[in-house]
Amino acid sequence: MRPVNSLGAWTLFTREVRRFLKVKMQTIVTPALTAMLYLVIFRYAMGARQVPGMGVDYFSFLVPGLAMMAMLQNAFANTSSSMIMGKVMGMHIYLLMAPLSAIEVVLAFLAAAVVRALVVVVVFLAVLSPFVDLHLLHPEVILLYGLCGSIIMGGLGLIGGIWARDFDHVAMVTNFVILPLTFLSGVFYSVKQLPPLWQQINHANPFFYLIDGFRYGFLDVGDTDPYASMTVVVATALTTTLVCWQLWRTGWRMKE
Amino acid sequence: MTALAIHRLCKVYDNGNQALSDVSLDIPEGSFYALLGPNGAGKSTLINILADTVRASSGAISLFGHDLLAERSWCKRRIGVVPQEMAFDPFFTPREVLAFTSGLFGCKPDYDWIDELLARLELIDHAKKNTRQLSGGMRRRLLVAQALVHRPKLVILDEPTAGVDVELRRRLWDFMRELNAAGATILLTTHYLDEAEELCDHVAIIDRGALLTARPMQEMMREIASSCLCLNYGGPVDLSTEIADKLATFEPRPSDEGVCLKLGRQQGGSTFHRAYQAAVACFGEPLDAGIRREDLEDVFLRLTGNGAAKRMDEGGDDAAG
Repeated sequence: MRPVNSLGAWTLFTREVRRFLKVKMQTIVTPALTAMLYLVIFRYAMGARQVPGMGVDYFSFLVPGLAMMAMLQNAFANTSSSMIMGKVMGMHIYLLMAPLSAIEVVLAFLAAAVVRALVVVVVFLAVLSPFVDLHLLHPEVILLYGLCGSIIMGGLGLIGGIWARDFDHVAMVTNFVILPLTFLSGVFYSVKQLPPLWQQINHANPFFYLIDGFRYGFLDVGDTDPYASMTVVVATALTTTLVCWQLWRTGWRMKE
Repeated sequence: MTALAIHRLCKVYDNGNQALSDVSLDIPEGSFYALLGPNGAGKSTLINILADTVRASSGAISLFGHDLLAERSWCKRRIGVVPQEMAFDPFFTPREVLAFTSGLFGCKPDYDWIDELLARLELIDHAKKNTRQLSGGMRRRLLVAQALVHRPKLVILDEPTAGVDVELRRRLWDFMRELNAAGATILLTTHYLDEAEELCDHVAIIDRGALLTARPMQEMMREIASSCLCLNYGGPVDLSTEIADKLATFEPRPSDEGVCLKLGRQQGGSTFHRAYQAAVACFGEPLDAGIRREDLEDVFLRLTGNGAAKRMDEGGDDAAG
């Protein structure tokens, strides 16, 4: 039986957290500011308009969606950028040389991604709180969706980072996969506003369930049944973690 | 006791390149071991397998009696590797990097030891700068410190002095000697053969993935090293296959001025006279001639052949530049 290197995993986790805190302008302030700009723009563009069939105004509808989008994108950015930076700088060999098991490495990375997502969302909501009436109607749903969403995206970022050979590869995944999926996931609209075909397509987008469930936690309204989606979301988070673990264990793209 | 026992290690890369074939090597505990070979010989592959950044195709390795593959974690805590490739963490200071590295290896950061390492590797004045502000030589020294921070029992240095100036190299080696005297086993690859000869008590030479020889340095120098006759023809001579065949017993090796021939013993004395006459028959009278004892470099070049010598020179240039 191999000994558990909990200090090693903890060190990796704190390193990852301190890494994004060192560049907080880029990792915390910028995403919060971007989300806020969206809000300002849409607030004036849409006025006091209501979201059809939901009984909430557009502004309140937008806040949780933007918060979740910021969480998802930042969780992804944290693991993917750390991994590719490590590869380009040659630092990734220390993860391979250190007595860390695959699960220790993966959990440390995912935990740091979750922390980054949480910090971003807390900053975002704190700045916004004077301007909007924030309700936390189902905190347990918010927490579960936020956590699972960050794990899934942190995991995808890890996979992308392990796969990537340079920064361009990471940018490709970010801009061609993550960005469209998050933008087209119902952050800015309710799917009920879409034509039937697009509604169906939206239901095939996994991010749609994450955003919708998270928003339900705040507003008690949504396009899906968040309790029904919960099992799928939890299962997806677990599967992503397992895939990361398996990839790291086999040394895919890391060891020759 | 044997610190590291490598048994029939093979590595074939995915592209079909056979980097190591059947290498077996025992590294005694407490030794200062030189692993030499021309560029592309398989040294780094061997070291990367020990560091767990490359997977072995077959073979067995044991560290202080523990199976390296089965007890990875136990073994990793006892190995410190200075990688050949430059690596640095652009977010942190050297002191932070060392504390992290220590933690990754499961050791609570020992700041006395970290500061001692920083002092010995002459980084103490830069301990609080970001690593981005360090020069290439400083970053390389930081890699040495990172390899030592968890007090490994086996220290592996893969070309640690490439690009490090002479004075600093001396002090680095003094430090390594101290660690060695304090009980650490050291495995070193270097392009500077004079350094290997001076520092190491054991030597192994590999070429094209195969082990050519492995023995104590003194024995190596005594058994293999002999005298050689260096003939000056005012420039490199043409060693065609035909001529090389004629001189085969003297294992001819071109030099900048002409050619060097290995002298052996025969009944009644040295083969000097025969070697000289054979050379005269092939190239005519030399401008000048001299005899000198072979050093490790001569032995190395003779064992690995002249093609290897050329690769070694190219490698040397790379490393210097």
